[in-house]
Amino acid sequence: MQLHISPRDGVPIFRQIVNQVKYLVGSGRLEPGDELPPIRVLAEQLVVNPNTIARAYAELEHAGVVSKRHGSGTYVSGNGSPLGRLEKAKILSQRTDALVAEARHLGVELNELLDLVRERHRALQSKE
Amino acid sequence: MNQQPLNHEPVIEISHLSRRFGFKVAVDVTSLKVHRGQVFGLVGANGAGKTTLIKHVMGLLRAESGSVRVFGLDPASDPVAVLRRIGFLSEDRDMPGWMRVDELLRYTRAFHRDWDKDYAESLRERFQLDPSARVKNLSRGELAKTGLLLALAHRPELLVLDEPSSGLDPVVRREMLEAIIRSVADEGRTVFFSSHLLDEIERASDHVAMMAGGRVILEGRVEEILESHHRLTLRFAAPLSEPPILAGALLMTGAGLEWTAICNAGRQEMESAAAKLGGRIVEEAAASLDDIFLARVGSNGSSLRRSEKQEVS
Repeated sequence: MQLHISPRDGVPIFRQIVNQVKYLVGSGRLEPGDELPPIRVLAEQLVVNPNTIARAYAELEHAGVVSKRHGSGTYVSGNGSPLGRLEKAKILSQRTDALVAEARHLGVELNELLDLVRERHRALQSKE
Repeated sequence: MNQQPLNHEPVIEISHLSRRFGFKVAVDVTSLKVHRGQVFGLVGANGAGKTTLIKHVMGLLRAESGSVRVFGLDPASDPVAVLRRIGFLSEDRDMPGWMRVDELLRYTRAFHRDWDKDYAESLRERFQLDPSARVKNLSRGELAKTGLLLALAHRPELLVLDEPSSGLDPVVRREMLEAIIRSVADEGRTVFFSSHLLDEIERASDHVAMMAGGRVILEGRVEEILESHHRLTLRFAAPLSEPPILAGALLMTGAGLEWTAICNAGRQEMESAAAKLGGRIVEEAAASLDDIFLARVGSNGSSLRRSEKQEVS
């Protein structure tokens, strides 16, 4: 599991970790049953306060992305995340806004953009 | 045995501490608490009072008014009992230049009954410090690492670091930070450290206090501070010749039609405040600790960093 932290962009580090793990799970680079590194190990690897890692893991557990097995570790959950529709939209809308704005700026029509989204979706799926 | 404080008792507790040097207020801190297991970062420009505050914690300065308690004790009246439990890296890293590294380790060991010889040796190897090198011949980075080694080797309950990475290159800075994180992760150590590097503060600490003019101008959990501040860009119907005044905006920069605010109010409040002046939000982003610090220092009257910045531009 490779995570990259950039402290300067204003997004709290625990949230960067949460987002990246969600991405890794969503893109299939982390699979159900995969174990996340222990808090200490990841803290030392990322050079980040261990409490911050613990906070991120708790958030991921709360969101249903991972689950703790008593005393043994943190694992990617089997069934997809049980987020509500509204919450999913909330997570995605900011990035979608940026994408749509960028496309408009480049003169790319909405249909072209949607085709590209479908194409990238297929590319991700074939990697899984 | 050691007088172990109860877990809920702060490791460091400062109340109504104030100190002047001549007419200058060096430190004026109403309340500051560092709890067990916390990594507490102290941020501020040069002259903000960080070192003076740390000197009070170390008992090197006695509180003129107010009180400083470390492990429930007054460090200025009970230095032996307090300092035994602290590992300290001072800003000027004063170490005897004529000693060799191995001699310095043996010499420092004599002052600490809890000195862990094997741990000291493993740190020396990790930091790649030559035991036969004279302290006066060490590079800046090696001096800093030697200082950190001396602060860690007796496995203190509390680590106090004054600008641990000041003047160091990125490689050594990373090594220092890794060693600090490792000691926190492995032993749950409490750390109180100052830095003017906000990315370092954000990585290492769970709690941060921003200082300016001797005062704490903002304090809290790092993620709470980040999530309660935003950077909004506003666009107005007509150009403005002066920065618009909006409640909740700490700093307003820009010109003409578009202005960017660092604010600590919610989006909706800002939206309606801007609408009254004929403006709308056209961009919204997270504010970094740097943004927040500059905005807070600027809005607090003591605009040291801001005036520095203006000189540059």
